[in-house]
Amino acid sequence: MPDLTPDIGAFVSIEKNELQCIFDALKKDGYTLAGPTVSNNASTPGEGAIVYDEIETVEDLPIGWTDVQGPGSYQLQRRNDNAYFGYVVGPQSWKKFLFPPQATLMTVRRENGSFVVESQAEDAPRYALIGVRGCELHALLIQDHVFLNGPYIDTHYKARREQTFVLAVNCTEPGGTCFCTSMGTGPKVGPGFDLALTELDDIFIVEIGSEVGRMVMRSVKWRPSGAFELQTKRTALAEATKSMGRTLETSDLPNLLYQNLDHPFWREVGERCLSCANCTMVCPTCFCSDILEVSELGGAASERVRVWDSCFSMNYSHVHGGNIRPRTKSRYRQWLTHKFASWIDQFGESGCVGCGRCITWCPVGIDVTESIDAIREEV
Amino acid sequence: MPRKIKPKEPAKPKLAVFKFASCDGCQLQLLDAEDALLAVANAVDIAYFVEARDRRLPGPYDVTLVEGSISTAAQIAEIKEIRRQSNYLIAIGACATAGGIQSLRNWRNVDDYINIVYANPSYIDTLATSTPISDHVKVDFELRGCPINKFQLLEVVIALLVGRQPRVPTYSVCMECKRRGTPCVMVTQGIPCLGPVTQAGCNAICPAYNRGCFGCYGPMEAPNTDALGEQLQALGASPDEIMRLFRNFSGYADAFRLASDAYEEMAL
Repeated sequence: MPDLTPDIGAFVSIEKNELQCIFDALKKDGYTLAGPTVSNNASTPGEGAIVYDEIETVEDLPIGWTDVQGPGSYQLQRRNDNAYFGYVVGPQSWKKFLFPPQATLMTVRRENGSFVVESQAEDAPRYALIGVRGCELHALLIQDHVFLNGPYIDTHYKARREQTFVLAVNCTEPGGTCFCTSMGTGPKVGPGFDLALTELDDIFIVEIGSEVGRMVMRSVKWRPSGAFELQTKRTALAEATKSMGRTLETSDLPNLLYQNLDHPFWREVGERCLSCANCTMVCPTCFCSDILEVSELGGAASERVRVWDSCFSMNYSHVHGGNIRPRTKSRYRQWLTHKFASWIDQFGESGCVGCGRCITWCPVGIDVTESIDAIREEV
Repeated sequence: MPRKIKPKEPAKPKLAVFKFASCDGCQLQLLDAEDALLAVANAVDIAYFVEARDRRLPGPYDVTLVEGSISTAAQIAEIKEIRRQSNYLIAIGACATAGGIQSLRNWRNVDDYINIVYANPSYIDTLATSTPISDHVKVDFELRGCPINKFQLLEVVIALLVGRQPRVPTYSVCMECKRRGTPCVMVTQGIPCLGPVTQAGCNAICPAYNRGCFGCYGPMEAPNTDALGEQLQALGASPDEIMRLFRNFSGYADAFRLASDAYEEMAL
């Protein structure tokens, strides 16, 4: 092992089984590993999906598995090789760890004629996210802008996010519903990672992204990457850029949507859309939530619980006097125009990263790229 | 020094539980509330609950839970009397809110069934249909499910005791399924699932065990049964299978009944 730790920005090569050393180093530093694994809800593993869960070793990774995706369709399949990261993205995103689907924000208890408030933010878990793709890292940064910028900071998100380690993975095999090239978020991971892997046939190339990432490499056997290895990586990423399953023409996008709020397409899609909210649940940037006060029967204590909500649920758009989006077509239009237009007004960037989850996991296969194409067509 | 006047303990609200055509599974959820059951017994006076205690106090009742569907003429008279005796009447479960699985008879001639099932059909005195409580009296709140979820039941009781709206979601089962992290059984395996048109509340149990949703919580707030039916057909389900899927525990609820009728017509 070299005495020196690699510099930030350096590319080094490690044997594939050295990945476990990275895992061990992270665990030793107190991180809980969250990474991809094959779900166990199906009767045989091949019937499920690759999900993100707490993992312990490289054995938990979906080694030798891949997925085939299309609108409303996802199939887990065996690969011909033992690639560690040879799949695309599944139904879950990293937001489940930083912005959990259900979380108690605080507890209020009656005590001596008054109230005692306890916040739950202090004991936030310390996650190392394993296998974050370019589109997904971009989605993390988008949620950072939502939760951490402006006058109102989300302390619960902040407590988790601040101590998160990101082990990113360059995507060399995009899937059938991917369009990160169109959205400019991949397949190469952008800034924001601690370490970024590129998987070649027999080695990983590791790019050092931060001081924390650099320190982790102290306990790993590495050598500087060779010119041929780096060339192979560049070629693989260039190929990936060209092999997206979907494309989306983004030019003039906010105006296109704002100028077509009465386009007949909204009515057509409103007839197909189930308003089931799957698209918003799987979206790595959707951040809407509901706050529930869950009180004890005697009234002695109450928990404030945050759960994922969706602009597709009726109650979401219920305001004093009635519902402002009572029809499915208006709720779909709200979601699509927020994602691709008003998100830019609100946060200065698009709310879509082109991961394709909303296309794959829509039970009836509604495709956002087709939706925008349809609106582009002259009426 | 003026003597401190101790306020008289306000009387506890009287709770009654009645049942009609049903399996008892929904009222059992109240007994299954475990620790919370003691708190419930503390907070209310359980005045009438045959499954739990012998004591049967007469009405009027502050809160009445009604399980089961209306299946006989005698039950119609009984539910009307219960309504008169109840300040707040809550229908619990698929039978009380949609007619239950026994409403399958509503599509057929009940006498045919009676002749097949019973040795002495003459003993049977039943209506031609099995119908929800709301078809007969005004219902203040409906709690869906087969059976109902005990946490939702507690939420309704707590909400009533503190005087607020019960928080019972009307969106799809998919929301709970995704929060729970279950990969969609329809998207991954093509399993017919009513989740996208069914109301949440069960915490999406069936897909977590690799089964499609049976729709026992009834239609969600905006059920697009046409679009789901088309997708099920595209996945290979026959009109007859789709008809049977909709015509299940909550099959007599409006949206599911209409969808099942459409697919029955298509199957012919």
